[in-house]
Amino acid sequence: MPESTPTVALTTEKDVRIVEFTNSKILDEGNIADIGSTLGSLIDEKAAPKLLLDFATVEHLSSAALGMLINVNNRIKQKNGQLRLANIKPQIFEVFVITKLNKLFRILPNRAEALASFNQL
Amino acid sequence: MGMSGSKSRGNGASDDKKKKSPAVVTASAVLPLKFKIPSDHKHQHEVQSAILDEVARRGFNSQSTFAIKLALEEAMINAVKHGNKLNPNKTVWIEAKISPTVAEIVIEDEGPGFDRKSVPDPTAEENLEKCSGRGILLMESYMNSVKWTNGGRRVKMVKKNEIDVHSH
Repeated sequence: MPESTPTVALTTEKDVRIVEFTNSKILDEGNIADIGSTLGSLIDEKAAPKLLLDFATVEHLSSAALGMLINVNNRIKQKNGQLRLANIKPQIFEVFVITKLNKLFRILPNRAEALASFNQL
Repeated sequence: MGMSGSKSRGNGASDDKKKKSPAVVTASAVLPLKFKIPSDHKHQHEVQSAILDEVARRGFNSQSTFAIKLALEEAMINAVKHGNKLNPNKTVWIEAKISPTVAEIVIEDEGPGFDRKSVPDPTAEENLEKCSGRGILLMESYMNSVKWTNGGRRVKMVKKNEIDVHSH
């Protein structure tokens, strides 16, 4: 789907890649695969990648999206990188709590705190 | 109601009356939405949209709507993908009864079925990093009841339109 709107917006702050979801629903399988491959290429970019996922616009997600995020987390860990999640709405945060994934991911309230939480290696 | 003027339209024959006494429709009667679809994502999404439109029309609150949307997505993926393996020759049947107070959704596939008890707990420490197995947990967490029958090929989910107490 080359002419469809991109699923994420990318910015960089120092050595941290900030990824913002541009679609309020991370539900659709195609959408998830798309995001997964974009994040994959960001992970491949660097030796110890630092990624910040900004969930400000996300209103819905599914177990498939959680699976994609876990896969991203595993790949980042393999490369000694760091992943942070920020700006997660209460309704979405509850999904992380129910699945206990709030223990697996480093989740920060906002972008500034997430940026400050990255360890300088 | 509104039938008194019908005489002018009809032929005036008295036996016409027999034909026009429809079944009594009460406020509580809900006509179910029924779907029979091939196993692909396009039809899956059409069904989900139609059911969610009805949920909105019936005035479900945002928490209940969120719950239904999530559980419906997971249940439909289970049927279309994990059950019927996206085989277009295999059918998924969906029936949704949405009243202002409760949503009942039944989804049945033609796959091999599964045993609920054999699904590992995705929240166990050793499973936290596994990428799959959370759909059922989410369905059961967000709906008031989720029951599998027919060897796991048929699921019935119920959600009441009320504010959940477990959040916040």
